[in-house]
Amino acid sequence: MTGLWASIEALASDPNLRWIALGCMLLGLSSGMIGCFAYLRRQSLMGDTIAHTALPGICVAFLLTGVKSLPVFMLGAVVAGIAGTLAIRLITSRSRIKADAAMGIVLSSFFGIGIVLLTMIQHSGDGSQSGLDKFLFGQAASMVGSDVRLMAGVCLLLAAVCTLLFKEFKLLSFDPAFAKGAGFPTGLLDFMMQALVVVAVVAGIQAVGVVLVAALLITPAVSARFWTERLGRMILLSGLFGAVSGLLGAWISSQVSQLPTGPVSVLAAAAIFLLSVAFGSRKGLVVVALTRRGMRRSLEPAASASKAKEAG
Amino acid sequence: MMDFWILLTGSLAAVSCAVLGCFLILRRMALIGDAISHSVLPGIVIAYMFSGSRDSILMLIAAAFMGLLCVFLIQWFNQRGIQSDASIGVIFTSLFAIGVVLISLNARQVDLDLDCVLYGEIAYAAWNTLEIGGVGIGPRSVWLLGGALTLILAVIGLFYKQFKLCAFDPLLAAALGIPAALFHYLLMGLVSVTTVSSFESVGAILVVGLLVIPPSTAYLLTDRLGRMIAISAACGVLSTFLGFLLAVWLDASIAGCIVAAAAALFAAAFVLSPKHGLMAGRLRRRRRSLEGAA
Repeated sequence: MTGLWASIEALASDPNLRWIALGCMLLGLSSGMIGCFAYLRRQSLMGDTIAHTALPGICVAFLLTGVKSLPVFMLGAVVAGIAGTLAIRLITSRSRIKADAAMGIVLSSFFGIGIVLLTMIQHSGDGSQSGLDKFLFGQAASMVGSDVRLMAGVCLLLAAVCTLLFKEFKLLSFDPAFAKGAGFPTGLLDFMMQALVVVAVVAGIQAVGVVLVAALLITPAVSARFWTERLGRMILLSGLFGAVSGLLGAWISSQVSQLPTGPVSVLAAAAIFLLSVAFGSRKGLVVVALTRRGMRRSLEPAASASKAKEAG
Repeated sequence: MMDFWILLTGSLAAVSCAVLGCFLILRRMALIGDAISHSVLPGIVIAYMFSGSRDSILMLIAAAFMGLLCVFLIQWFNQRGIQSDASIGVIFTSLFAIGVVLISLNARQVDLDLDCVLYGEIAYAAWNTLEIGGVGIGPRSVWLLGGALTLILAVIGLFYKQFKLCAFDPLLAAALGIPAALFHYLLMGLVSVTTVSSFESVGAILVVGLLVIPPSTAYLLTDRLGRMIAISAACGVLSTFLGFLLAVWLDASIAGCIVAAAAALFAAAFVLSPKHGLMAGRLRRRRRSLEGAA
């Protein structure tokens, strides 16, 4: 127990750790918020695809510049992510391949090319490449102060855009036809939402890794759905769940050596998800079972009364 | 000789995946294949921790069990009101995360490193030979994948009609009294077995490339299921050979190159397919507009 308190104290006092924890929290917050829109628009797995497509972008950025700097990597990842979404659109609109297969194709081809580039870089024996594979599962502890500040800034920006465009995004998620009819620039809004998903995924890559970063978009949003029927509350809750998962991920992985941040954050989010499935106030298993029992109780007297009448 | 074994391993994995992938594509379940390939990881790690070796049948069974558990959970949550794609996303990321954490925590006992999980060790697979009575009879992975392929071909061959009907018209299949749920889980079980046996050679994420890309290429080239399976298998083998050459030339990951080669074949089919390709569509449109003008 004392060890636990000591580590919490360390988290609060060590400035480096504090920055990392803050960065992961903001990351969870912003991806949780954006994830709600992705969930409502049935694009949950888009985040997963984009995350995998970012890998070749990072590798190409490294090959072109030869330096390991987060802004350059993020730029490469964003370009690759947008290329990936365009490729999916091209495949589904110009051939008879369905959306799920198109996502599978783009995800695995980009990731395959990324792995080829990554191994080429590794085999070329360049000493400065050693941190590149950290992007696969994320290692928050290896981030330096400026990386964390950049990530935190991007996440704040995402949360701000989400809040400012709340009404527009809400309309687009629930009734895109009406949004178009009402004169909203749906094409632009659609692109912006897509771009927000790309940026959220890319911002999360260094902390959570390309393989699992999508879970931060999906899992908190799905968990929040078990607690409320209102979009505003869902977004707040989802952001909160994401922030808690990010914080737990950063904290636990800083305590145990060799433990990558990504999987731990994902497991924290999964634990919140399981709690929500069981105890959620809207569709949780306990609530559903109780309502059912209550209904049966309230129907029983009526049923037995009518039975008695029939018998009589 | 080493090259021969690598090519044989890769081809066996590619053909197994390519055959099953056709049914996944047709049933619009490509991403369930992705989910299964990720979620077998905890099964493999747990079996490895218990048995301490990679050779165990236990590992195959545990991984196939995890794959089926994943499919079952996805359906269970889907029935409780979660959209199917979100349900897929939540389940497979959680299971994969459990696997990665278990590996990281037991790094000393578990001799499975994360690189191997992601992109396999096809080049080393050839070194790990199987011996019977002191005589080497070839790499273990070849026997494993050969067994898996035989199983797949036997099951699909026996129930070809049923699988075909379930793929194209599940409602009709159910009306005719074919146990659709049974065949669904049978297919998922086969996907799990294939994923596990290809896991060592091509890794968790690139398996999905072999499951999805060659069948999609074939889907663009033909309208008949039998031909689609044959073309898909041929594409898988061709990608293996091209990928291997590419890997030797670039000095890069063999599995990554195989998937990149498969992607290149898909791109070629996407543009050039005589019936469903980009160019054919454009030519058709132009001919139609010319006819309209005349």
